[in-house]
Amino acid sequence: MRLTIVSILLFLLVQVGHTSTWNICSTCPMQTLEEAILKAAPLDTVRVQKGIYTCSDLELRKPITLIGEEGAVLDGLGTGYVLKILSDSVSISGFKIINSGRSYTKDFAAIYTYRANYFTLSNLEIVDPFFGILLEKSKNGTVINNLIYGVSKREADSGNGIHLWHCKNVFVENNEVYGLRDGIYLEFVDDSQVIENYTHNNLRYGLHFMFSNRDEYVDNVFENNGAGVAVMFSKFIVMKENRFTHNWGTASYGLLLKEIYDAEVIDNAFTENTIGIFIDGSTRINYTGNLFEQNGWAIKVSGGCYTNKFYENNFIGNSFDISYNSKMNDNSFNGNYWSDYTGYDLDKDGIGDVPYRPVKLFSYIVNNTPETIILLRSLFVDIINFSEKVSPVFTPDDLIDNQPSIMSF
Amino acid sequence: MILKVLKYSFSDLIRSRWSYVYLAFYLVLGFVLLFLNDNLSKAVITLMNIVVVLTPMIGTIFGIMYFYNSREFTELLLAQPIRRRTIFLGQYLGVSLSLSLSLVLGLGIPFILYGITQSSQIWDFATLLISGTFLTFIFTGLSIFIGLLNSNKIKGFGYAILMWLFFAVIYDGIFLISLVVFDDYPLDKFTLFASFFNPIDLSRIMILLKLDISALLGYTGALFQKFFGTGQGLIVAFTMLLLWVAGPMFLLVKKSSKKDF
Repeated sequence: MRLTIVSILLFLLVQVGHTSTWNICSTCPMQTLEEAILKAAPLDTVRVQKGIYTCSDLELRKPITLIGEEGAVLDGLGTGYVLKILSDSVSISGFKIINSGRSYTKDFAAIYTYRANYFTLSNLEIVDPFFGILLEKSKNGTVINNLIYGVSKREADSGNGIHLWHCKNVFVENNEVYGLRDGIYLEFVDDSQVIENYTHNNLRYGLHFMFSNRDEYVDNVFENNGAGVAVMFSKFIVMKENRFTHNWGTASYGLLLKEIYDAEVIDNAFTENTIGIFIDGSTRINYTGNLFEQNGWAIKVSGGCYTNKFYENNFIGNSFDISYNSKMNDNSFNGNYWSDYTGYDLDKDGIGDVPYRPVKLFSYIVNNTPETIILLRSLFVDIINFSEKVSPVFTPDDLIDNQPSIMSF
Repeated sequence: MILKVLKYSFSDLIRSRWSYVYLAFYLVLGFVLLFLNDNLSKAVITLMNIVVVLTPMIGTIFGIMYFYNSREFTELLLAQPIRRRTIFLGQYLGVSLSLSLSLVLGLGIPFILYGITQSSQIWDFATLLISGTFLTFIFTGLSIFIGLLNSNKIKGFGYAILMWLFFAVIYDGIFLISLVVFDDYPLDKFTLFASFFNPIDLSRIMILLKLDISALLGYTGALFQKFFGTGQGLIVAFTMLLLWVAGPMFLLVKKSSKKDF
């Protein structure tokens, strides 16, 4: 991936000697982007100086580099796409893009690529778009250091910040997206990386995977979205060192896993989410080194989850640590730290001598009859939880942490 | 005149050892909680668990104890040309006020020293103290009423404790079981309705909703949030608590005027 980028850059460098640069400004000989692109030879550079330029449905059909200098604004006039990239090796950077079109039938976007490979989109500021950056059937590209924001109110008439569809080897790094539907959306996207992005206050998901395999997302922050991250119908996804914070609402969660196989969830922090991780039909997933703090439910396990392993995670101050909707359990929860653990460690090996039962009776009851949650924190509930702890009847009796850690990790 | 009786009962209790023990308990609790937690929000949640269970219990026990202990003095007062209503209401208010004072001072002092007044938690904390005070008044009234009904001390104590147990535990048990049994029916309105008939539940839910864990409550919570979140809902909730105070008071006055001493 990185190698390909380097090779592109080298390739471009070699070509630099043969290319020319076109300047655009209000006093220059050349005043519009259309004219410059028409006249530019492949691999030329177009520099756009300060000013507002109208730019609607502008198609880039040759390899070209567009650079916006400080204060260069592209105005899409609210009619359709702003820039359409239909060629390989296009690079766009530094623009502020306003007024891209909105539609209920077409996916208008500020920047749209179709079958374009080796593209670079960087340092763009996209204001209130329908879709911010929409990549279709494009490979080996980079989307970096962009700021995309809107003021969306309803899911139905808003688009996504960065939307990838049928892409491969795309590198999405250090972007900030807020006020749209999904922050970043990957559908049929393989072998891609999503790194150090910050998505917040989006209507639906901060990051959304569908039918995408072998991707990883690392060191992102998802805050205050409708739900943090949804990963669905995907395989071999690596989720590392992300922060899921305050995804809070009646149907909200930090991370949703639906039909996921062979994934890794490592060193993430889930803080103040209604549900930290909601797991449905997901198998062979390792959860380790995660922190679950002050969530309503740290982990909610729905049906069809097999051979998942949870170890060396910290569960601190959650209303419910784990919620299970069946009596069957095929997942292992050994070797975590639970702040609710009340056992002792007589041999001082750092492992509690009494096993811990993370599923409380009340969480079982709430699962079956959601209205009973109104009795949360009442004395009666404490009493029945205690009696269930002493002699489990309703909760899965093999759902035990046999080696609960005494100290947090 | 009622003020005189109130003043007497109040100063009698204020001088008694138990008021100080109660005050000291809350002081220690407040300081220890803040010392261990250092997080006002968490401390308020922990406190809620304690206040919602403990204030009714202390109110119940103090109320009935005071009623039986001051029986001779009450009889002396009854021999004077004072209206019965004045005597019993005065005693009732004296006990409830001194208990509430212990609660408010005992928790207020540590939290104010920790800077609750500058914190955003001030309203949650205020709700906590207000519901604690309400619960004290409600359960003191109920227990004095039970005292009036039973001349036999042992029986009276038994009934009073049972009354507390009913509201603190048994009611929730029945509530929970009925929710589980009638699972197939729409239950949200019933839930809202049923929580009105137990002052402990009512205060607990009011505080829970203030503490931003309402999102946990899902759809039911949305209904509650919608109800209690509006000024109207809050007024209804407080009216309900006021009714819970007024009810025992009314019964107390009525019973005392007819009782043969």
